[in-house]
Amino acid sequence: MITMKDLEIIKKNTLPKIALRHNDTKEDESVFKKQVLICRGTGCTSSKSDKIEKKFRNILDEKGMTEDVDVVRTGCFGLCEAGPVVVVYPEGTFYSHIDLEDVETIVDSDLTNNEVVKDLLYKGAIEDDVIKAIDEVQFYAKQERIALKNCGMIDPECIEEYIAYDGYVALYKALTEMTPDEVTAEMKESGLRGRGGGGFPAGLKWEFTANATGDIKYVLCNADEGDPGAFMDRSILEGDPHSVIEAMELAGYAIGSEQGYVYIRAEYPIAVQRLQIAIDQAKERGLLGKNIFGTGFNFDLEIRLGAGAFVCGEETALIASIEGERGMPRNKPPFPANKGLWQKPTLINNVETYANVPQIIRKGAKWFKTYGTEGSPGTKVFALGGKVNNTGLVEIPMGTTLREVVYDIGGGIPGGKKFKAVQTGGPSGGCITADDIDTPIDFENLSAMGSMMGSGGMIVMDEETCMVDIARFYLDFTVEESCGKCTPCREGTKRMLELLEKISEGKGTMADLKRLESLAETIKISSLCGLGQTAPNPVLSTMKYFREEYEAHVKDKKCPAGVCQELLEFHITDNCIGCTKCARNCPVNCIDGKVKEKHIINTEACIKCGNCQTVCPVGAVIKR
Amino acid sequence: MEFKFDMEANKEKLQKLDKFIEKRKTKKGALMEVLHEAQHMFGYLPIEVQQKISKGLGIPLAEVYGVVTFYAQFTLIPKGQYEIGVCLGTACYVKGSQKVVDVISEDLDLAVGSTTKDGKFSLTATRCIGACGLAPVMTINEDVYGRLQPDEVKDIINKYKTGELPIVED
Repeated sequence: MITMKDLEIIKKNTLPKIALRHNDTKEDESVFKKQVLICRGTGCTSSKSDKIEKKFRNILDEKGMTEDVDVVRTGCFGLCEAGPVVVVYPEGTFYSHIDLEDVETIVDSDLTNNEVVKDLLYKGAIEDDVIKAIDEVQFYAKQERIALKNCGMIDPECIEEYIAYDGYVALYKALTEMTPDEVTAEMKESGLRGRGGGGFPAGLKWEFTANATGDIKYVLCNADEGDPGAFMDRSILEGDPHSVIEAMELAGYAIGSEQGYVYIRAEYPIAVQRLQIAIDQAKERGLLGKNIFGTGFNFDLEIRLGAGAFVCGEETALIASIEGERGMPRNKPPFPANKGLWQKPTLINNVETYANVPQIIRKGAKWFKTYGTEGSPGTKVFALGGKVNNTGLVEIPMGTTLREVVYDIGGGIPGGKKFKAVQTGGPSGGCITADDIDTPIDFENLSAMGSMMGSGGMIVMDEETCMVDIARFYLDFTVEESCGKCTPCREGTKRMLELLEKISEGKGTMADLKRLESLAETIKISSLCGLGQTAPNPVLSTMKYFREEYEAHVKDKKCPAGVCQELLEFHITDNCIGCTKCARNCPVNCIDGKVKEKHIINTEACIKCGNCQTVCPVGAVIKR
Repeated sequence: MEFKFDMEANKEKLQKLDKFIEKRKTKKGALMEVLHEAQHMFGYLPIEVQQKISKGLGIPLAEVYGVVTFYAQFTLIPKGQYEIGVCLGTACYVKGSQKVVDVISEDLDLAVGSTTKDGKFSLTATRCIGACGLAPVMTINEDVYGRLQPDEVKDIINKYKTGELPIVED
């Protein structure tokens, strides 16, 4: 049986190993002189950070430096654009885009002679020849990390490091000092709202499930993150799996459950593996299982894998899938809090929601409420992507404006292009335009603007993004992922997609726009589950803010952003030098012209592949 | 398409699957886990395996089949060790990618959307992959081959047959 004393001993023994990167510890307490942190999140691992880690270990081993220099595998640092990322402590030197060949240079220079390799620094980490530590870099300076507190800081496969960062202290506190009702009350008081999309107050959900009658209750974690462009939950599970385990135990204690399940996409192999390691380690240490901390509280946790169905992120579909059935949503009510998994009262929260819980219990609801806005306390993690310089994972206090996210943290739009809109909420959400860029981000404001918080995908669009095309893209996704149970979603989204395709091909009429709108409204109110009810949002929102763009496709047969291929024509301007390159590279031989004379594209035969534009040495081929 | 599942050749694996199922007989909601394991073992979920799972877990075959076809990750036909994709987008098509498909089909005796008997190759016709400048284009797993002449296709495929390709980095 594990005790608080054991946790303290683990912490005491581990601190010297993490002192270089731990804020509250002094450097001279460290057993190492230097520590190399290597991001092993999915993004960096795809660009070979696994091999980089191995090479660091091998070289340090060969040179007999392993006593002084430690290599740590961490979860996601957030700035995926800079990957593979390597950070050297105690200085916090931030290296980006590291190749295998760079490893030796870093070892010889930085790790051996304390000389920073300036050429390999992240571009924002050096200004006027002054080197900035990672937390001073602009991308991180405005962020506030609660859910991602340990991501990129600790080795996710090492429970001792989690404990050294006060892990499992909240669980001890709850089990020994608080009643289950007090835990629920603290959650309610914190005002934490579900981070999976809907924003339902988490504490209220806990209370409903705690009050429901049933001999057995279940705690579920929704890790079926499926929005295109969103990877917050994956990063948390990869970078700090114990925070989710601890939170689910707290939930189990609060509602009176002894069994939890994490439903996770099979497409996230690294997250699955790390979570399993974490569960095994927690069991080994007696932090999961029977009689935890000798209090008589039992809790067991199991992973259940999805199999590639977006709709399983809907809570009742998720339950059906865990039960081993087709992942189709069920009617609500009854809500899962009363009749969920195997008809028993069930609590479902998503990964990011849980990641906040241990800190709320440890530091109190009051502390949590110092972040964010009154209606939406705390922070939110967004996956920032699209036409923005710094793509990656950002955690900001609620109430931050979009401008701060896009320009201060995101570093603005590449190529100095004009900002057009931000899409939040993925296939369920909508657009926020330049007019609203200074509105503080929280649940209410986003809904008022016709979008939604969603799970946290945030896609930036510039003037070269066609809004009809974006709506078509999301509809294409929902049509593919509709489970087929209810007619409005199954048939309706398909018809909407057909209309959008018609419009983007220049065959649409004004009546089609009306049809599209009325179809959207009908599907919204008549679909069974969240997927169908929100599927029309991308269309309604783009039609609301960019109606003139739809009308340009219909009336003028033009795509103002120059995206919809059917509506474009390629032309050769007078800049043409007659080099014949375009004609030679045209796959359909539709370009005519003599050497040193202006060439002409036969637009009838052109298939608009854009090859001529790519190969033209003087930029004489234009789309219009 | 038809794909004959060889019960005899897979005897050992089937026994393993039996044991796997046996352990989960009483476990609630074990079907997905068993399907994942079975697909991991055989590379796909032939009807014979589904029947075994149905009997083992006491779930009607129709239900097992329903679950298998619902989720995108489960497949009823095996994917080859090498997945060949030939782009049939407009640019590739006019540059003769259909001919490339025909050559592969004939050479490997393989229809589009199916897999060779030895499980080595499967063939798909893809939508535009955005490499029009290289038309016609074929991909084999991660490798991309562009500006293909139908007669060189056979050579490339042959190299995969003999193991000369792909080049594996350590």
